[in-house]
Amino acid sequence: MLAALSGLAGYNTLLVTLGATLLGLAAGGAGAFVFLRKRALVSDAVSHATLPGIGLAFIVMVMLGGDGRWLPGLILGSAISAGIGLLCVEWITRRTRLSEDAAIGAVLSVFFGLGIVLLTVIQGMSSGRQAGLEGFLLGSTAGMLASEAWTIAIAGAVTAASVVALRRPMTLVAFDPEYARSQGVNVRWTDLSIMALVLLVTVIGLKVVGLILIVALLVIPPVIARFWTDRVDVMLIVSALSGGIAGGVGTVVSTLAPGLPTGPVIVLTAFALFALSLLAAPRRGIFAAALRHVSTQRRVHLRQGLLSLYRGEPILDAQTLAALRRAGFIRADGVATKAGRAAAQARAVDAARWATLRSLRGDDPALEAHDGMTDMTEVLTPDQIADIDRVRGQLRGVA
Amino acid sequence: MLGAEFVQLSLTPMLIGILSAVACALPGNFLLLRRQALIGDAISHVVLPGIVVAFVITGTITAWPMMIGAGVAALVAVGLIEVIKRLGRVEPGAAMGLVFTTLFAAGVLLLERTDTSAVHIDVDHALMGSLESLIWFDATGWGSLLDPVALAGLPPQLGRLLIVTVAMVLFLRVMWRGLVITTFDPGYARAIGLPVNWIGFALVVMTAIAAVAAFDAVGSIIVIAMFVCPPAAARLMTNRLVHQIWWSVGFAVLSAILGYILAGYGPGWIGAAASVSAAGMIATVSGVILALACLFAPERRRAQQATA
Repeated sequence: MLAALSGLAGYNTLLVTLGATLLGLAAGGAGAFVFLRKRALVSDAVSHATLPGIGLAFIVMVMLGGDGRWLPGLILGSAISAGIGLLCVEWITRRTRLSEDAAIGAVLSVFFGLGIVLLTVIQGMSSGRQAGLEGFLLGSTAGMLASEAWTIAIAGAVTAASVVALRRPMTLVAFDPEYARSQGVNVRWTDLSIMALVLLVTVIGLKVVGLILIVALLVIPPVIARFWTDRVDVMLIVSALSGGIAGGVGTVVSTLAPGLPTGPVIVLTAFALFALSLLAAPRRGIFAAALRHVSTQRRVHLRQGLLSLYRGEPILDAQTLAALRRAGFIRADGVATKAGRAAAQARAVDAARWATLRSLRGDDPALEAHDGMTDMTEVLTPDQIADIDRVRGQLRGVA
Repeated sequence: MLGAEFVQLSLTPMLIGILSAVACALPGNFLLLRRQALIGDAISHVVLPGIVVAFVITGTITAWPMMIGAGVAALVAVGLIEVIKRLGRVEPGAAMGLVFTTLFAAGVLLLERTDTSAVHIDVDHALMGSLESLIWFDATGWGSLLDPVALAGLPPQLGRLLIVTVAMVLFLRVMWRGLVITTFDPGYARAIGLPVNWIGFALVVMTAIAAVAAFDAVGSIIVIAMFVCPPAAARLMTNRLVHQIWWSVGFAVLSAILGYILAGYGPGWIGAAASVSAAGMIATVSGVILALACLFAPERRRAQQATA
């Protein structure tokens, strides 16, 4: 690794890694808004729509007598055609009865097809034989020029800064367009600027990740972030960070061995972060959900077991017995301990209190929502419970 | 133009293009109405990893293992999307984007890390297809259509696509009622006891089969144009489902023929020497047809827009 970072090639590697990290940060940030707007796959249409622009830019630059591979020119061309693709999606969705997913699929595939046609045109041109434009499909950082690496690093930084600058109106619009409008935010323009950021990320990412996979860098980080938080500001940060990590780590890993294309490695790094989040995130992760399930089950067994204990009914369920034994409420032979008898008594009182409350206020929606799993002392004040006990006493007196 | 050379070089690619377009457009109609157009997108992206895995396992590049590998990959992808949607409570679009990019990335990586120098399998080919290379080498003229020896030399893709297209037509005929009811009114379908989930699953399987069969000829991304564009244009022509399907088949055939001719002969008309990608041109033509439909088709507006 250190060897890889030394020397001229190493300088480039360092620049590319920096650029990919910034790109990932920007993509994660912009992607978070797209995700909240539930338009994740619009970015797929945008990225595929860059291809004809790349081809046309190459042809134009060659015709003007320049080098067709000049990166800023290709980026400009790709941005124009991606912008047209985006407008087509909007136009089809607004003006016809086709739904957005059909518009996305149509734009994505038709623009890509046109791009492939242009690529074959370029292959037929005398200067096009070594154009290497196929590198834009899947990204390649091998043999990247220092100037190209600088372009990517600077553009990545600019995009990341724009996300920070525009986060307030974009957050408002992503959550509640109506409220945003009442606050004087121009929803249409904000939506367009979100998509403009997507477009920026896409065209910068062409060289590193490639146009087929760049959508992953916009989609996966916000999904990761959603696992860890319910707050939008935190989500934005986590999303940007996971994008940055995927970009940086993926680029470094891909330089470690030959034949590791950068784009796919970055995507798989992002997926690894996703898999980790899916399993281990607190609250929303699979482990947390499983733990919660087990503890709920145990609680149900304990509460039902205590009631049975109070009523002197035989307990046959093995899980119930295990839960009572673990809590120290019964001995190994199934006889209640002193603590067990006290807990059973308390549980029976609690059940009686709930029953009383239900008979008094059965139509109260707050009661309907009650799950039968909570002690009354946890939800009501001692005064209220005293009231209920008084009513309970009167009822018993009547009976 | 329609001599022996045409039969040898253009007839089979053109037929394969037409069959691919029709085989994809048929299930595409239902995907469109169910707002699942992007399932075709996801499935066609994961065809590549499926083929690579099949190659790694069998070590050969014969057709059937590849088809099975791609089909399995499509089902794995659809399953993964479901699992991630349910377990992670992730929005469908995001779950789809996550799954197909990851599988595609894995496929590319596997391909780059496996020694495939001995066989013709590469990423560009998988993305763009190579319709032009599916020529009928043994043909000497129109008479070859009656010559069993020459017929045996037809590109195998043609036979496969023919089978798939016929299977697709049969599928639609047999499942018609179920497909229509589950598409337009899933609640009613459930109430009268139709297996809604199974019918949806069968549609996905048929979509995967069409994608895999057409993939060889036109590549994994242009296939999406065939799933989406002809049905979308047809949807703007009519309100009757049967008419829509006929329109979509017509548009698919038109795209394939026009696209192939423009790609093969178009550059010559404007004085350029080389031909361009036929698959790309077919997608472009289907896009032009859709654009025209968006501008002029009789039923292009939503109901409330039409009355306004």
